[in-house]
Amino acid sequence: MNAIIPNSYAWPDAEGRFGPYGGRFVPETLMPLIHELQAAYEAAKADPSFQAELDDFLTHYVGRESPLYFAERLTDHFGGAKIWLKREDLNHTGAHKINNCMGQILLARRMGKTRIIAETGAGQHGVASATVCARFGLPCTVYMGAVDVERQQPNVFRMKLMGAEVAAVTAGAATLKDAMNEAMRDWVTNVEDTYYIIGTAAGPAPYPAMVRDFQSVIGREIKRQSLDRIGRLPDAVVACIGGGSNAIGAFHPFVDDAEVRLIGVEAAGHGLDTPEHAASLKGGRPGVLHGNRTYLLQDADGQILEGHSISAGLDYPGIGPEHAWLNDLGRGEYLSATDDEALDAFQMLSKLEGIIPALEPSHALARIGEIARDVGQGGDVVLVLSGRGDKDIFTVAKHLGVEL
Amino acid sequence: MTTTRIDARFAALKAEGRAGFIPYVMTGDPSREEALEILRGLPAAGADLIELGLAFSDPMAEGPPIQRAALRGLAAGMTLRGTLDLVADFRKGDDATPVILMGYLNPVESYGYEAFARDAAEAGVDGLIVVDCPPEEAGPLATALDAAEVSLIRLATPTSDDDRLKVIARGTSGFVYYVSVAGVTGVKEAQAASVAPAAERVRKAANLPVAVGFGVKTPERAAEIARVADAVVAGSVFVDEVAGALAANEPVVPRVLAKVKALADAVKTARTSASPISAFLGETV
Repeated sequence: MNAIIPNSYAWPDAEGRFGPYGGRFVPETLMPLIHELQAAYEAAKADPSFQAELDDFLTHYVGRESPLYFAERLTDHFGGAKIWLKREDLNHTGAHKINNCMGQILLARRMGKTRIIAETGAGQHGVASATVCARFGLPCTVYMGAVDVERQQPNVFRMKLMGAEVAAVTAGAATLKDAMNEAMRDWVTNVEDTYYIIGTAAGPAPYPAMVRDFQSVIGREIKRQSLDRIGRLPDAVVACIGGGSNAIGAFHPFVDDAEVRLIGVEAAGHGLDTPEHAASLKGGRPGVLHGNRTYLLQDADGQILEGHSISAGLDYPGIGPEHAWLNDLGRGEYLSATDDEALDAFQMLSKLEGIIPALEPSHALARIGEIARDVGQGGDVVLVLSGRGDKDIFTVAKHLGVEL
Repeated sequence: MTTTRIDARFAALKAEGRAGFIPYVMTGDPSREEALEILRGLPAAGADLIELGLAFSDPMAEGPPIQRAALRGLAAGMTLRGTLDLVADFRKGDDATPVILMGYLNPVESYGYEAFARDAAEAGVDGLIVVDCPPEEAGPLATALDAAEVSLIRLATPTSDDDRLKVIARGTSGFVYYVSVAGVTGVKEAQAASVAPAAERVRKAANLPVAVGFGVKTPERAAEIARVADAVVAGSVFVDEVAGALAANEPVVPRVLAKVKALADAVKTARTSASPISAFLGETV
């Protein structure tokens, strides 16, 4: 691993780039808005009253801080380092997505925007967006691929209950990347009044850094809780990666702590040796999509391929640009887990700890045994349990051949 | 630098005292053969310049008609290399009509900027419009295109204020494409009354001809825009003709070319026929 000089890490640069990644690759119509958003975000960040308002909502509405739980039986099962779970599944709406949505809706209000749009794959970000829009009384349109609408009916119903309009996208393959295209088209059409809440640490600058900052509450809490409970920083922080927002939020506060390994786990679908996976870093190459330069699943002509994963939250053909940069720097370690491995891990945690994890963090759980043994006894590893698995029981039952 | 086809064509249009017409068609839509036939027929149908769409899987600023056209082009097996070959075939019979490629950055980046610029110039491509590559991100691409004498055409929009126009105008050549509506292609309708002052602002900032597109669907609207712009672009209306012909199981090429001629004729006679917009603006254009 390349050594990083402490406190040296100050990405992105003024152009919104993380090394060669990131940037602002949007239609000209959006450029003035992107600059306006950047200025508004920087002003909010520098305003203590904005942070105080956000902290208050995170405490009393989201239910933070989330526990750092010592998973004793999981630890015993593998016989390596102690495994701790950062319980983002216990947040309001059941996942880490709400951290970012709360930050962005407060920013949208500050900017005087009166209409919210969002994209969603599995529906978790859509639900979190619908939630904060209901809380602040703003109209919300969530773009969701028609295929995902079909396979995520409970989340569609949740969004509608909270007053959001769910727009089924039939363009392209009708999944997450097409939903994101459609949200961009809405934004470019309704530039005056509309705020786009992007759900992951990707898209044009300032989104990757902004979403990271809002999700960094995860990493800051891990740091504080580790010092309290373990008396030092953990040996590794492990998280699953689709776009990578929970991972970058957990990693970022540790980037300058060279002794802490940062390990991301991508979705390998049916395997990296097949065309059906969603591992952009390990199975893709750099390109430009959805406003940023990053690793993408693409063919030889530069056409974007559909990602595949059993987890609808991970089957995106790109990855946040900061992960691309941490990967190239060697500061982040990136692994992958297949659908089958995630399914096994899903059941393992349910049985060993009485915690049903979402399929997304089940990918990270699938690698945690190897990581814990590699770190070894006497060490401590933290895994971000980014969401709860209630939404996934139908998918899992189907794969196990159980009729509900 | 020698006089480019684009500069020569706009100089000729200025001498004739009329606006140019720029039809947009999609590469490989619905097949390579038919796309080539369409290209070859465009100048006779009244095209002064040609915009050839590059097919991309994720065209985020396009409305449904051009999204579907891109998928048809991809389904027909069209690639960026294939598109350059298409232009080279067109050039064998026409060395005067400028051809501008319009698309998204990733296929060009995947091809490699230098290799693309070289091969595009060799194929007879005159300009490139990249929808998702604003000036801030265009440096390396612009350098490669400059070296090959291919123009990088910039976009200006209703959200571009005077400061932004300065950024857009810097280092641009050929013409500026004014996107007349905030939105995607082929949905909202362009309004000549708001386009007129905007086109003038862009023309002043860039000191280049201004082509106006997005939201031009009828001969009437094309004529209105022709009275206030240096050129008029229309696209969704033509790819819709492809879709319509396919659905009706009719020959594609004549239908597309007939539609091009209808709009081109309207543009050509716009400034000699009655001009309600000039009257409205109280000036002669």
